[in-house]
Amino acid sequence: MADAAKKLPNIVINEKFCKGCSICVDFCPTDVLEMRGTCVAVKNLEACTRCQLCDLRCPDFAIQVFD
Amino acid sequence: MSVPAEKKEKVSVPFDYNKYLRPNKLPHIWCPGCGHGIVLKAMLRAIDKTGFDKNDICVISGIGCSSRTPGYVDFNTLHTLHGRALSFATGVKFANPKLKVIVVTGDGDALAIGGNHFIHTCRRNIDLTVLVFTNATYGMTGGQYSPTTPMGSQATTSRYGSIEPPFDACEMAKASGASFVARGTAYHTLELEKTIHEAIMHKGTSVVDIIDACPTYFGRANKFKSATHMMEVIEKDGTVNVKQADKLPPEKLEGKFLRGVLHKIEKPEYCEQYESIVMEKAKAK
Repeated sequence: MADAAKKLPNIVINEKFCKGCSICVDFCPTDVLEMRGTCVAVKNLEACTRCQLCDLRCPDFAIQVFD
Repeated sequence: MSVPAEKKEKVSVPFDYNKYLRPNKLPHIWCPGCGHGIVLKAMLRAIDKTGFDKNDICVISGIGCSSRTPGYVDFNTLHTLHGRALSFATGVKFANPKLKVIVVTGDGDALAIGGNHFIHTCRRNIDLTVLVFTNATYGMTGGQYSPTTPMGSQATTSRYGSIEPPFDACEMAKASGASFVARGTAYHTLELEKTIHEAIMHKGTSVVDIIDACPTYFGRANKFKSATHMMEVIEKDGTVNVKQADKLPPEKLEGKFLRGVLHKIEKPEYCEQYESIVMEKAKAK
């Protein structure tokens, strides 16, 4: 279990699709994401809990969290 | 395959939207922060949960922002006249009752221009799933007020606040005779997925009123800071789940919309009724 806890998720962002609405940044419960210009970027990957809220609320099919 | 809401270990598997999308048509034309994309994703997850083949589903729309949806999804699709999506859908369903027909329509499309079609589709109780994307504005033509714009709200055609009382799509569907009426929001996306799934599986006209945000026109005109702010104020704070509503005092429910399945009854379905008459007459000969 300890190894599983250390394993980081893989947040895949499609920069061509992202329109910079910042919904994922605002709704992330652990503040993993941030806006860089008009596109979202990962700021603090260690904090990600794989809750998928960014994926669920992204209107543009631009972000997904893989294990 | 599908993403259940509560089980954490299963949620970490991302849903593969690409199998239901036309990748060469993306990215879509909707504005940054528009709720239609979130609703489209919930719809695709709900369709996946039903287990139907892609060729057994037909998605039909009228005209408007929300009605661009069939362009992006890889089912049988039909993009029709303004307000007439339900008429085309009735024809498709009647010609081929085996198809699962889903109508994607906006609030102006369904309740203003196609208001009469909406009433009579509900009255017939033909097996269609109607998803009404309620963003309280006509986004495609420049932000005019629509039948669901709340009183006092700004729009390009109501500079001093709208003086018209808004429609409640759910109440109208129920009164017209629809056998399944529900409401969801783009904010409560997992709940919406379940509601749409239930609506697709229901036999008879099922209407789902989906509240989502138009940050470009409604949001700017009404001084919302961002798409997130709109989602929190209109969708999160402006709605109450129908199961929680019984426990709350009436003053806390004032001005709020109820979410969830509001009305569900068993009624004879139109295509089945028609088929039974055909069979009866064929036997008589």
